[in-house]
Amino acid sequence: MAIRILIAKPGLDGHDRGAKFVARALQERGYEVIYTGIRQTPKQIAIAAVQEDVDFVGLSLLSGAHNELFPKVVEELHNAGVSDIVVFGGGVIPQSDIEFLKSKGIKAIFGPGTSIKTIVDFIENETKSRNSKIG
Amino acid sequence: MSKNGYKNWQEKTLIPYIKKNPTRKEKFHTSSYIDIKDLYTENDVSDYEQNLGYPGQYPFTRGPYPTMYRGQHWTMRQYAGFGTAKESNERYKYLLKQGQTGLSVAFDLPTQIGYDSDSPMSEGEVGKVGVAIDTIDDMETLFKDIPLDKVSTSMTINATAFILLSMYIVVGKKQGVEKKLLRGTIQNDILKEYIARGTYIYPPKPSMRIITDIFDYCAKEVPKWNTISISGYHIREAGSTAVQEVAFTLADGIEYVKSAIEKGLNVDDFAGRLSFFFNAHNDILEEVAKFRAARRIWAKIMKERFNAKNEKSQMLRFHTQTGGSTLTAQQPENNIIRVTLQALAAVLGGTQSLHTNSMDEALALPTEKSVRIALRTQQIIAYESGVANVIDPLGGSYYIEHLTDTIEQKAWEYINKIDELGGMVAAIEQGFVQKEIQESAYHYQMDIENKERIIVGVNSFQIEEEPPKDLLKVNQQVSIEQIKKLQQIKSQRDNQKVLKSLHLLKDTIKSNDNVMPAVIECVENYATLQEIADTLRQEFGEYKESVVI
Repeated sequence: MAIRILIAKPGLDGHDRGAKFVARALQERGYEVIYTGIRQTPKQIAIAAVQEDVDFVGLSLLSGAHNELFPKVVEELHNAGVSDIVVFGGGVIPQSDIEFLKSKGIKAIFGPGTSIKTIVDFIENETKSRNSKIG
Repeated sequence: MSKNGYKNWQEKTLIPYIKKNPTRKEKFHTSSYIDIKDLYTENDVSDYEQNLGYPGQYPFTRGPYPTMYRGQHWTMRQYAGFGTAKESNERYKYLLKQGQTGLSVAFDLPTQIGYDSDSPMSEGEVGKVGVAIDTIDDMETLFKDIPLDKVSTSMTINATAFILLSMYIVVGKKQGVEKKLLRGTIQNDILKEYIARGTYIYPPKPSMRIITDIFDYCAKEVPKWNTISISGYHIREAGSTAVQEVAFTLADGIEYVKSAIEKGLNVDDFAGRLSFFFNAHNDILEEVAKFRAARRIWAKIMKERFNAKNEKSQMLRFHTQTGGSTLTAQQPENNIIRVTLQALAAVLGGTQSLHTNSMDEALALPTEKSVRIALRTQQIIAYESGVANVIDPLGGSYYIEHLTDTIEQKAWEYINKIDELGGMVAAIEQGFVQKEIQESAYHYQMDIENKERIIVGVNSFQIEEEPPKDLLKVNQQVSIEQIKKLQQIKSQRDNQKVLKSLHLLKDTIKSNDNVMPAVIECVENYATLQEIADTLRQEFGEYKESVVI
């Protein structure tokens, strides 16, 4: 079964070039990708993730609100009773914030200049380790 | 020189040489995929008198003013703002002290989208990408000890431009400065928000009405104000090519002029206050040609299509910002060099004002030090490089002229296509413009992935590096402070007056009267930004984008 990925833009930030690129590049590599569009609340993102039955949620934010909004998405997913969706993020995010975000359940942060291969490797590794746990 | 000269050179010298010493690539193109020949000669350029003319004369290819930087340098204007109004006010005073010659205000996203700091929609965003403004009280703090008759202020504000301009007018009034003395610019360009930047509120039609209300009001009351900054900057940042940047920006311009004329305004009464805003990327020569082409196309549009008689209505004046998306998080010091190249392109292209990005902006908001370096970059170009001593120094270069012609021709193709689709609003609603930009952005990024395009430090010449230190952090308390202040204002103001003025605004919206006087009254009575924006939301509804990937 194809891996399903939701690419989402939390908050009020309209910079969607990166999100759209990642969405399309992943789509062309055979993943099933849904893109939310801009200005989604963490709750809307969690609802979309559940409805679309995705395996991954990729968050993109360039406004600096990541420390507030990324953990909120993880929280909303928990509230919705979901624990097996992997959340990752990208955007203008200083290195010094990464540890905090990881402690809040964001599995990986991909900063500016990340190649799409790095993201694909991450998705494949996560899927493998999850399948081995289930298997 | 004859046509044969070039042919002879190719046959006798070039081709035999390449056989032994192949070129780096078989084909070369500009950053925007325009094919480039090996060499340009007289054969490649068009008629001088007709196509270029002279600075300060139609079609303004060589510059809008007769003296350009021999008269005065461009305005050095660094875009800034973060946290509370008080913090931003301090940064402005610092920049003015460092020799900056104009202010440029960055607002946070809630302010740009019409939410107060205490709205649930504002969570996490208060004070982040700019200053938070809820009421006239914040605006007064923002310009404390900055006399509004002495500075020109540019405000990056679109959907809520009518509110922020009203606040600026009221601050002026409180300082004792008459409206007719206020100088500055509001971005006020909603079309590119639908296309690329995303801070829209209302659907296109009512948005266009508010914009033309502003044109009309300012033409009569605030005559030195630039009522719109028609922006290609964000279109380019979203991944367009240089050609698309020019074409879509000017097509937006056409739509605004059309709407204002349909409203009954006389073109020469408002067109002189239209200004433009472009990006500057690394391909210097292409960028210079782009700026020159934009001036020539706009002059033709205004003269031939809209019958503008006044030369001021025909001349394209523009602000430039160096390209944020070209900055790298890797080896950030290299960004100083990128910014220098881009700033040089803007100056060689004849910009009227310039913002140079800071080296750390791929990581965070810039520190005071990195902003100072960015400003110094402009000062070195202005005072040390010598390029400001002559007008349009690259004019007459065979390559530049050919590229200027090529960009013009390709831009016209897009403008004509958009006309066929029914104009820019229709083209946006059909998703045409967004799709074109997305294609270019994807292509560009894939070239980086495949190393067809080299980005130093990103896909080549990488090093192991320590994470950067000393990044600017926006105070986490901003939101709490801002909400506290807002609640205080709400408890102190005369709520009867607020309600009455909001009611009057509602009636004005329903009628066809100009909204500006009613908005100014709301602001004076301490109505909040969101209370005003919501009054229009109730009448106009909200725009929903159609998402395609």
